[in-house]
Amino acid sequence: MRYLVHVLLILMLALPLAPAAMAQDAETAQPDRSATGGATTLEDILARQRGEKVDDSYRSGNTGDPDSAAAMAEQLGTLGGASDPDLWRALRYNETDVKVSAGGDVAKVLVQDGGMRWWTFREGPLATYGGWLLLGTIAFLAVFFLLRGRIRIDAGKTGHTVTRFAAFERFSHWLLAGSFILLALTGLLTLFGRKFIAPYIGKEFNASLLTYSKLIHNNVAWAFMLGLVLVFVLWVWHNLPSRTDLTWFRQAGGIIGKSHPPAKKFNAGQKIIFWSVIVLGTSIAVSGLSLLFPFELQLFAKTFGIINDLGLPGLFGYDPLPTALAPQEEMQLAQAWHAIVSFVLMAIILAHIYIGSLGMEGAFDAMGTGEVDENWAEQHHSIWYEELKEKNETTSKQAAAPAE
Amino acid sequence: MKAMFIGFAAIAVIGVGAHFALEESGYTVWQRTSGDSVRLD
Repeated sequence: MRYLVHVLLILMLALPLAPAAMAQDAETAQPDRSATGGATTLEDILARQRGEKVDDSYRSGNTGDPDSAAAMAEQLGTLGGASDPDLWRALRYNETDVKVSAGGDVAKVLVQDGGMRWWTFREGPLATYGGWLLLGTIAFLAVFFLLRGRIRIDAGKTGHTVTRFAAFERFSHWLLAGSFILLALTGLLTLFGRKFIAPYIGKEFNASLLTYSKLIHNNVAWAFMLGLVLVFVLWVWHNLPSRTDLTWFRQAGGIIGKSHPPAKKFNAGQKIIFWSVIVLGTSIAVSGLSLLFPFELQLFAKTFGIINDLGLPGLFGYDPLPTALAPQEEMQLAQAWHAIVSFVLMAIILAHIYIGSLGMEGAFDAMGTGEVDENWAEQHHSIWYEELKEKNETTSKQAAAPAE
Repeated sequence: MKAMFIGFAAIAVIGVGAHFALEESGYTVWQRTSGDSVRLD
C-alpha cells in the first residue's frame, strides 16, 4: 500500500512536467522533408493520425514571397508573386489580407481551421463524458437510495407546520428550476438528437424537435437569468459560510448514519448547491449570452490573456493559450464551455432533485406549500427552528389531514 | 403549490415576451446574421 502511495505521489508530481518533456521532444525532432521538397510527408500524416501535435509552420509560413518570386511576365511568374497553393495556405491560416464589402471580421475568415477541432470535441469527448456523467450520477443516486433508503422524520410528523419559504421565494426557486430543466432538456436534445433520435425516430422528427428546442432554449434563457438574480438576492445572506458548516461536514451531513447535524436556514450541503448554481449558472448565462448574440460578446481571447498574464499555463508546462482567435473560434469555445459547465451543473442538480423529493421525507413540502412539519424543521434545521421559536414565529398551522 | 405554477407560467410569459421583443428590436440571430440575399430554404 505504501508503495502504491509513493507511485501515485511521483505520478502526480511528474504530471505537470510531462507535457514540457513532450514539447521538448517535439521541438528537437525535426522531420526531414527534403523528399517532398518541403511539403507534407507521410511521417507528418501518420503523426497527425496518431494524434500527435504536428508543427505545421512549414505550411502556415509558406504563403508565397512576392519579393523573390519570378516576375509575372516570366515563364514561371505568378500573379502577385504567389501561386494558388500559396494563396490557399494563406487563406487557411488566416495569413492573407481578405477584404469584404459586408460582414466585418467574421466574413474575412474564409477557411476556419479550428472548426474541425471543435466539431470532433463536440461529437466525441463532450457528448461521451457528458452523457456518462449524467447517467453515472443517476446510477449513483439509485444505488444510494437502495442502500440508504428514504431519510425519514425520526419522530414522525406532529401535524403542525412552520413556514419555511415565503411565496416569493418559492416563485423565484421554481422560475429558476423550471427554466433550468427546460434548458437542460432542450440542450441535451440539441447535442444528442442527431445521434440518438434521428436514426431511430426519423430525421424529419428530429429536425422539427430541434427547431422547437432551439426556440425554447433561446427564449427561456431569460427566465433562467432572472431566476438566478432573484435567488441570489433572496438567499445570499443565508448562504455565507459559518462555523456550523464544519460540524455538518464532520458528520457528513447526516446522510450517512443516523445523526442530524445542527443547521441554520441552509445547511452546508445546501450552501454547496446554492454556490454551484450561482457560480456555474452565471458562467452558463454569460457564455449563453455570447451565443445568443453571435460575435457581439467575445469572451475567450481576453480571458486567455489574463490566464497567460498570471503565468498559469507555464506552471503546468503548457504553452501560453492563444489570444488571437477568429470570431468563429470565440463562438466555438463559448459553445464548448457552455456545454461543459452545463453538464456539471446538471449532475449537481440531479442530486438536488433527488434529496429534495425522493431522498428525504418532507423536503418537497418546503418548496411545494412552503410549510414544513415542526419535527422536520427540528431534525434538519435545528438552529433555524430554534431562532423561529425565539422570535415566536412558530405560530403553527394545523396541517390538513390528507384525503384518503 | 400556487407559487410553483405561477413560476412556470412566468417562464412561458418571459419566453414568449423575449421572442417577440428580440424580433421587434431586430436582434434575433437570423436577423443579425442573414439578409434578403440569403436563401434559407
